[in-house]
Parts: sequence; C-alpha cells; structure tokens
Amino acid sequence: MTTAEPDAHKTTVTVTVDGVTFEAEPGELLIKAAQEHGVYIPRFCWHERMAPVGMCRMCLVEIEGGRGFPPACTTPVTDGMVVRSQSDAVKRIQDGVLEFLLINHPLDCPVCDRGGECPLQDQTLAFGPGESRFVEEKRHFPKPIPLSELVLLDRERCIQCARCIRFADEIAGDTLIDFVDRGDRMQVLNFEEQPFDSYFSGNTVQICPVGALTASQYRFRARPWDLSTVETSCTTCSVHCRGAVQSSSNRLVRLLGVDSEPVNHGWLCDKGRYGLEWVHSEHRLLEPQVREGGAWREVSWPDALDRATDAIEQAKKLHGAGAIAVLGGARGTNEDAYVWSVLAKGVIGTDHVDAQLGDGLPADFVLGMARAEIADLDRASAIVILDHDLRDQVPVLFLRLRRARLELGVPLVDLAPAAHGLSELAAVVARTVPGEPLAASLHDEIRRVCEGRQGPVVVVVGRGNLAAAADSVVGAAAELAQVHDVRFLSALRRGNVHGALDVGLAPGFLPGRTTLDAGRAWFTERWGGVPAERGLAAEGILRAAADGKIRVLILVGADPVSDFPDATLARRAIDAVDTIIAVDGFESESTKRAEVFLPCTLWGEKAGTVTNLEGRVQRVGRKVAPEGTAMDDWRIAAELALRLGRDLDLATVDEVTDEIARVAPAFAGVTSELVKRARDGVVVPMAEHLDELVLRTGELSIMADDGSGTSWDPIKVEGVAPAEPADDTEVSAPADAPALYEWDRRAPRPEAPARDAYALRLVIGRALYDDGRLVSETPLLQRLVREPELRVHPSDLARIGVDSGGQVKVTSTRGSQVVAVRSDAGVPAGIACMDFSADALAAALLVDAGQPVVDLRVESLR
Amino acid sequence: MPDLADLSGVVETRIVTKRLRDRPGDSWTIDGALASGAYEVLRAVLAKGDAADVQEQVKLSGLRGRGGAGFPTAQKWSFLPPDSFPRYLVVNADEGEPSTFKDRMLLEQDPHQLVEGVAIASYGVKCNVAYIYIRGEFALGYERLTRAIDDARAKGFLGRDILGSGFDCDIVVHRGAGAYICGEETALLESLEGQQGMPRIRPPFPAIAGLYAKPTVVNNVETLATVPHIMQMGGEEYAKLGVNRSTGTRIFSVSGHVNRPGNYEVELGMTFRDLLYGLAGGVRDNRKIKFFIPGGASSQWLTGSDEHLDAPLDMDFVQQTFGVMLGSGAIMVFDETVDPVLVAWRLAKFFAHESCGKCTPCREGTGWIEKVLYRMSHGLGRPDDLDLLVDVGGNISPGVVNAPFIQTTICPLGPSAVSCIASLNKFFRDEVLERLRNDAGVDAGVHA
Repeated sequence: MTTAEPDAHKTTVTVTVDGVTFEAEPGELLIKAAQEHGVYIPRFCWHERMAPVGMCRMCLVEIEGGRGFPPACTTPVTDGMVVRSQSDAVKRIQDGVLEFLLINHPLDCPVCDRGGECPLQDQTLAFGPGESRFVEEKRHFPKPIPLSELVLLDRERCIQCARCIRFADEIAGDTLIDFVDRGDRMQVLNFEEQPFDSYFSGNTVQICPVGALTASQYRFRARPWDLSTVETSCTTCSVHCRGAVQSSSNRLVRLLGVDSEPVNHGWLCDKGRYGLEWVHSEHRLLEPQVREGGAWREVSWPDALDRATDAIEQAKKLHGAGAIAVLGGARGTNEDAYVWSVLAKGVIGTDHVDAQLGDGLPADFVLGMARAEIADLDRASAIVILDHDLRDQVPVLFLRLRRARLELGVPLVDLAPAAHGLSELAAVVARTVPGEPLAASLHDEIRRVCEGRQGPVVVVVGRGNLAAAADSVVGAAAELAQVHDVRFLSALRRGNVHGALDVGLAPGFLPGRTTLDAGRAWFTERWGGVPAERGLAAEGILRAAADGKIRVLILVGADPVSDFPDATLARRAIDAVDTIIAVDGFESESTKRAEVFLPCTLWGEKAGTVTNLEGRVQRVGRKVAPEGTAMDDWRIAAELALRLGRDLDLATVDEVTDEIARVAPAFAGVTSELVKRARDGVVVPMAEHLDELVLRTGELSIMADDGSGTSWDPIKVEGVAPAEPADDTEVSAPADAPALYEWDRRAPRPEAPARDAYALRLVIGRALYDDGRLVSETPLLQRLVREPELRVHPSDLARIGVDSGGQVKVTSTRGSQVVAVRSDAGVPAGIACMDFSADALAAALLVDAGQPVVDLRVESLR
Repeated sequence: MPDLADLSGVVETRIVTKRLRDRPGDSWTIDGALASGAYEVLRAVLAKGDAADVQEQVKLSGLRGRGGAGFPTAQKWSFLPPDSFPRYLVVNADEGEPSTFKDRMLLEQDPHQLVEGVAIASYGVKCNVAYIYIRGEFALGYERLTRAIDDARAKGFLGRDILGSGFDCDIVVHRGAGAYICGEETALLESLEGQQGMPRIRPPFPAIAGLYAKPTVVNNVETLATVPHIMQMGGEEYAKLGVNRSTGTRIFSVSGHVNRPGNYEVELGMTFRDLLYGLAGGVRDNRKIKFFIPGGASSQWLTGSDEHLDAPLDMDFVQQTFGVMLGSGAIMVFDETVDPVLVAWRLAKFFAHESCGKCTPCREGTGWIEKVLYRMSHGLGRPDDLDLLVDVGGNISPGVVNAPFIQTTICPLGPSAVSCIASLNKFFRDEVLERLRNDAGVDAGVHA
C-alpha cells in the first residue's frame, strides 16, 4: 500500500478484507462490498435485495481495532477498515455455526429437492467436521406441510434464516407467514386457516438456502445436475422478468428468476414461474389441421399452407385486401410479429391488423407517448397510477412500485377506480368515476406531493377498466401531460404486446414506431408495397367481420371470443366471417371454427427477442423442442408469403432480428449480435439509451464461482459498460429513415352519460389467475382462479337488500346475469367491480364496446 | 417482619427500601407514600426548573444501572441526540432473571417511589411519555403500580402541567407475556411495539433509534427508584456511599440454602461474607457453602472459599478478579449437599426454554447444552462430555471464561447458558470427570 496524502475530494472509503484492498461506497454493507471485490463471506440469512437481519451468524468477521465479532451483513464499511473473514477465530465460528445448523437438520439430502444445489450441503462439505458430535434425538415435525397450493414446508430442514418471512413482508407485502414458538422449537408457519396465498410465493422457494420450502410443481421432478438451462425472459406478462428456464427430458420443469437490475431484481410472480405446464398440455395441437366436412383433419404442412394461401388469394381477388384482417401476434417474439407484419401489410396489403384485442390502449398513444423506464420509478418526483390493480396485471412491476414507495420514498398518486394493493401506500387517492374527467383539485395535489422533489412524474398507464372505453384513459393521460412534466410507463399486460406494436402489428403503423404515411416510401422500397389507407383496430375489425366485410380473419395466437371485452360482438364476428385461419397452440372458442389450423411454437420452444413495457428488447431462449411439427410463427408467415409470391429471404431468427434492425427506425442498431451481448437487453430507440448499455462478460451461470448452491443467492450475469460508445452510424437510423411518431397529447374528452342514482357503474379488472390458456392448461394454477363475483360498497349492498355472499341479478344493455355479490369497502359507492372472464358468468357478456361506460342495474333475487 | 439488620452487627443501608421497610402496612398507597415524603423531591426539582441539573446530579452520583450490565446511567442518558424529539423513557420492569426479586418488591411495596423517579428522570432527559414494561406474572405489582399512577395523576404528579411547572409527563404501563428475553432492552422494545420479542441488531442503539425508531432510554426499576434519593441527597453525597466506581447501595436478592433468604439493601463494598452470613444468617444446618451464583442465573459462579467470600460487592472488582458479575444482584447459595451438575442442567434448561430462536448459536446451542447436561446429571454422561460442553460453549462465547462479553450471538442470552459450563469446568472439573468415568453413559437412554 502507498502512503499517499489523504485525498480531500475522495468520496469512497478504503477497505481491506482478507488482504484485498479496495474502494467502496461509504455506508455500503461490508458483506456486499467484499463480494463485489471478490471476497465471498459465507452467509445464510443475508440476501442483497432485502434488509439485513444478522440472524444466522455465518458472516461474523473480525475487524481490526474492534471488539468481538460483528456480522458483515449489518456492518457498514468505514475508511481504513481492516477485516478478516478467514482468521482462525473466525473460521472456528463458521465451523461452530455450521455444526449448530446441522444438529437438528435431518440430513435427508438424498430425497431433498435442494440436494446438489444446497448451500448448507456445500458449505458443510467445505468446512464441516465430517462427523456429528450430536447424539441426541433431532427435532421432529410432520413433513412436509402445505403453506399454500404452491409451496410446501419441511420444518425439519429449516434453518430459521427468515428469508421467506422477510420476503413476504418486505418485498411482497403479504405478511402471511411468520415465526411461531421460540428457541429450537421456532418454526415458520402460516396463520391458522389463512394459507400463504401470495402472487409471489415461489420466490421464497428460490431463495430458501435449504430444502425447507419446496414447490409443489417441481418437488421430486428432477435433480439439479440433470437439468439443462437457458437464459430467457418470461413473457407471461409484459414486464419480461429475466429468468433461467430449465428442462429435463425435453420438458420444462423450472423457471428461476435472474437478477436484472433494470427489470425484476431477481423476482418472478407465481404465474410466470409455474406457468410451464401448458406448453406440454395434452390438449396442445401440434400438427396442421384443415376443415373437411365440418371436422378438422390432420394434414401435412404444405397442404395446410396451400389451403390458407388459397383462402387469402381468393378473398383478395374477390373483395380486395381490405377483406382480410389479422388479429393477434402479442404472444410471440418480435421476429414473429415482424414477419406477420410484412405478410399482412407488405405482401397481402391489408392494414386491418391489431395485436391488441380491444383490451389495451390505442396504438397512437402507446407508440407515441413520452416513455419512462422501470428504473425511472425510483427517481420519479411522484408516481401516478392511472390503471387498476397492477399486482394482478404486471405483478413484478407492482413490486417495483412498492419498492420505490417504501424503500426510496417516492410518493404515489392513486387514480384507480377502486382500492388495490398499493392504495394504502398512496399519498393521494383520487377515485375517478369511469367516464368522468379527473377531479379539478388533482393537479394541485400532485404538485404538493412533488414539492422539493426532482425528476418527472411517472404515470403508470394501463387499461384499468375493460368496461369503459380506452378514450377515457387517454383523455386523463393527455390532461396529465399538459399540466405536469410527465413520462409514461405502459402497464399493458399482454406478453409481447409492446414488441408487436413496435414492429407494425397495429393499424396505421409500420415497424419501428413510424406511421403508415411517414414510412410509406421507405417501406415500399423495402417491402414492395404498403397498404394505401389506415386500417381498423380490433373493435373495428370485429364490427366489420360481423357486418360481412371481413372475409378472411387470421388469428395469430388470438381468441377474441374469450379475450375481447365485448364477448357478444366477438362471437358475432367469429360466426359471420367466411374463413378463419388460426395460428395457435390450442383449439379455442375462436379457433375451433377455423378452416385451417397452423400449430405454432410457444414460449420455451422458440428463440428470438421480445420488447417489454418500457421498450427493452431482450432475448428469449429455446429450451425444448415441440413434440409435433409446430413451427415458429414467423416461419409460418414467411411460408405463406412465399406461396403468395414473395420470397422474404429469411432463413434464421437472427436474420429476422437483423432485418428489423435495418428497416425499423426505432430498432436501428439492435442487431442479433448486439442483443446477445447486451447484458440487460437494449432499450429502443437505442441512440437515446446508449449510456445504459452494458455488455456481458460472462454467460449466465447459476452455479456460484465457489461451486456453492444455485438459485438461493441472486443469479447474476456479469457485465461492463462499453469503454467507448459504438459508432453513431450503427445505433441511429439512416438520415432518410422515417421519423419516429410522437403522440400529440390530444385526446377526446370522455363523454359518458350521467349515472342514474340506482345504477352501479361497472369496472372490469384483470385477475392474475384468469381463464386464459396458460392458466387453464396448468392444473396447479387452475386451482387458484377466483370464483366470479361482483364487488360493491357495503352501502350499495344494503340498498340493494342483499347480504355479502348472496346472489344478485345484474342487467346491462347487453342482457342479464346472476352472479354472487360481495361487500368490499375498497370499492367506491356507485361502482361495481368484476374480474374479466369469458366463462359462463361472464363480465364480457355485459359489455357493449360501442358504449363509453357500462351501467348495471343490480337486483336482489329475493 | 422482624428487623434482621441488627442480628450480627452487619447492617443494611436503607435508601430505596426505606419507605417499604418503615411502613409495611401502607407503603404502596398514595396516603402512605405522601405521609413519608413522596413527590417532595419531584416538587423541588420542578420548582428549581433545571433539567440539566438532574443529569448533572445523576452523573455526580456515579449511579450505574441496576438491571445487570451496570452501565453508568448519566452516560446512557447523554447518548440521546440533543435535538431529536419525541423521545422516550422506557422502564424495564420485566424482572425475569431467575432468583432476582428486588424489582418485584419495589413495584409491589413502593410504586410511588418509582413513579416519582420516572417523572424526575423524564424531566431530566426531556421526555413526555414514559413506558413501564412490567413482567406479566407480576399481578399484584401491576395492580399497585397502575393504581399508583392513577392516584399520582389525580394528585397532579403526572399528566399535563405537573404541579404547575408546565412540564407534561405521563406513564403507559404495558404487561409482558412471559418471555425472559423481553428483559433484554431491544427485545423489550420490539415487544412493546407489538412485535415478537427478539433482540435487535445494534447499532443503532436505542438512544439513537429505540422505541418507534425514536431516541429512547431504557432504565431498570431500581435505577429509577434511586433517582429521587440522589436528587434529595445531592449526587456528590450519594457518591460517598459505596466503593470505587460502585457507588451507593444495591438491593441483593439472597436465596438458596441460607437461613434468612430475602432482599437486603446494602452499601456496595460490603463483603459477600457479611451479606450471606451477617444479614442472610448463614447456611442451614451450619453446612458449608459449596458454591454460589453472585449475580443472577446468567453469571458465572463463585465458591465458598475465603477468597471469594471476603471479596467486596464491587462490580468492577469481581469482574476483573474472578470474571463474574454482580449482574442483577441476585445471589443463589448452594451448600455442600448440592450436585453442581444438576444445578447446571436446571439453569441450562431455563435458557434453552427462553432462547428466542433468532440467532443460530443460541437457538441450537442452548438446546444442545441442555441435552448434554441432562444426561450428565442423570447418570448417562460420557467421558468427553465436559470437554464437549466447553467446546460447544466456546462457539457461543469464544474463550468461554469471558462470558458473556465476547459472543457469537446477538444478545447475552446464549452466553448466559455457557456460564454454568465455565463454572463447572473451573471449580468442579475433577469431580465431574470422575463421575463421567463411572456413568453408564454412552447410548443408554438419551432423552428426547
């Protein structure tokens, strides 16, 4: 060490751990600072995404000049600190702690899911005495016991580190498990008659340092050394949490959360984590089918493709390209969506294309709004929630909002139509009646909570109410944008909807966030043509189909009958259209009428890129091969294009990625090569986010460097920021490329009829466990679907004259239904809330998409 | 109650026990207390109106905490950040250390003395709300304390604008639920906040972030009961009592094989011999003291040797000379008929039962120690068991003999369970090893 003069401007502190000297941020925890500089201090209870508790005592160290053995996980670094984590005295403590942890541990490693990836096992092998001095009977409990449908607890294996309890409390806000009893009888338990029903419970299994918590889905399914792993992003919703998907014998068996700083911090929701089984469902259709004599018949791919081509050519010849429409494309990759965009707009020539099913927001708004990244939540002056329950729609984004509020103190402004998981944390709650404008005092309230704070207001915007027209959301967004310094973070939930819109699966748009008009010349040159006129969005397409104007409807992973908010209209459209061509994995209410069924690959079976709600392009990995002959969606589109006379000359998915980078202005520079090297993906347009680019230095390894356990510690990918930004020409679109579209911040004022005093205005929200295909084909999750019910304020319940739990008849302009009713003080008086569902008791049957709002007459059945 | 003080020429020095000894019939009532001068010191302190003087007098008195650790009281108060409000005074009345029963007597027999002490201390540290966390089993103490607080409030000694001084102070009483660990100050604060009673990691210390994350002083009942007397006598005068840095008097709870067990308030510096033989009347049937526990169940032991019996009741002396502590002032005496291994097992069983479970060495270690001591004390020991205990104990208290000051645990409960092992090894090693050689031991009937 040099004896340099103390630097007055030095903002870091100098720390030495086990002879390694480094600079660290003042106040940083010793255990973390040491780890970041290559010294791994053993630990069980400390997890870097949670507050330290210093309970397990495995990380005790000696600090020169100090007394005793402080835990490295609760000790902040100070300047000149000299630490020993490997002295004889400290090693003896580590041995002692391990011995203590093992005396009551059952050592049933051969039948434990954690066996082979267990930090207790590994550290015992490394440090353990090899022989137990404990001869008494160990602690016994019945094993395992269920904490919930998803998580089982073996209390004998538990080492009482409280990671699960702390996660549930601190991160998820679901304080449903805690310690019971004390001393060596202390155990983790849920409360009586109250299961650990958290949307995030699977994270506790992942971070458990032993096999105490196991997942009912994965339990006994595999041994860790038999698994093979691919890094990917979860596309169950649009957050795109980073993950490591693992398979055994060509079946997906486990998804682990990977710690991505900008996105998910290692967490996953249970729907994403456990929604794997649907890929292997016995109901999956894996061979092409064509309709013959009223029934489907399995045929070869060439036969099926020819049949589809004939239908398209016929319709185009007789009725024009405008008689053909494409719905869907939000379930696949950017590459899938892009080639479908080329096929529809460049080859067939129709602009009746929509990746959304009337349950999102107008593409004009989504593609043109001033965007925020997820990380901007942390540095916002305030966060406005212009949506409903984010926990049910984009669960891990909910965790990020919770953290921004609780850990970083960012004030929340809640504009949801009813109370939800973040309402009690909000500084301002302004319940807006659907169809009515924002309260006049709201802007002053927002200014008040922002006072003294820097940064823009981040508005998390989504379609919180499927029973009200999207215009009202855009209207509120426009008003906020006119008054405040606002950036928007979309909360549209559908898997890759942002990627699909970005690459052109929206009426009036072409790939790369450019409009049909702005991009006409550019894309005509590259594609040979684009549609002459702006087409219809989903609602218009369905209306046109119902009126007989759409002759061929291509459904790319779309099921309008189950997903479109107005089920009556969707049903009429599906019944009226001449020919349906379905690209899907399953038969559905919509696809079962298809003339041609083309089986496609699903998540886990396909590689490519996807774009999340903040515009981050990340890779998804291919882990298993489909059992049958299912093809990637993009390849199906390319095959159809070929048969329609256009060779797109795309042989691999990387070639598609590279073509997007070449032709779509917002994707300039986002080549397959770059996406593979970008540790955290790339936020588009890349030119504006170059400073965030980090290139990976190592592949994802879920084994720690010291060979200890896998998933229990944050799984990370190492990376470095590039020393020099890449050449500008690589990251920006050519000068003659069309400009990116910007939203003009104008929107129609909502014009809803006045509410009559006896009516309840309907709010239809999303439940995480819905009746979508992923849930219905995953038996474990299917059990978690909530019973349909109408939630109303207690005063309305009294007025109707029915008890909570009773049945009521609800009537809208679409018709009547009988549904269970529940009292919910979180619902404002005059409002009725329902989860979206297309089942027999269907919210979707009450909605008329032609009306700005839905008012219900609710009557007691007595 | 007969006056025992004169029996051998060794006398008590009654300060905090004066009222309750003088007026055994009504010392706990507001009338009895007022008749014997209660709240006069509070009146004088408030009339003087000098909060800093309270701190100064307590500092001059050399008063050290009477709960067990013996930390200088004025210094503890001085750690409160000067400009941070609200702040809280919390009274630790969760007296749970086995064989300690002095605070119970003060709560039951002289609650007004404590209330006056709390009011004066609150004035001194500028706090307006004090909490008394009282052991749940103290039914009579709770009844009399809450009655005393109500009476004091009715008379204007608590509440708003006390005695016209403009000073507000009120007391909230909270009953514990039977956990020994809640006598540890940070676990007490957790429990008071409604959480599970588990110690907190320090730093932050309670003086910086204690109850409800606000600056907090936690003091023992006897400590605060002493404060009015310090203010009355003057700190310097009080400091003349006692010896060295152990100033004043302390109440010692003497139990076990003595002829007259009970609470004795004596000037510090008196010898163990004078206390145990002079005041407590010596050992039953004129037997010898085999060993005694000088400072509550957590302390290491001393023996009936002259060296130990002639040692003064001086907190620093016994710590430095013998490695033991006066702790909570509870002295448990065992005569020569007693099996020290059985005593050790019973102590270990207590600590294993009371371990909160938060940190590994205590949670697992105390249970293990208890199991080994069980078999040793029931004729099932193994030859290496004492060494095993010393080694396992060393993983809770590295060095063992220094217990409880160096520890791998969060709080001193784990090391407390090691004290008996260190003592067995220090004083009775040969006796124990001889026994273990003769035991049936090995795999015969280990209890679950």
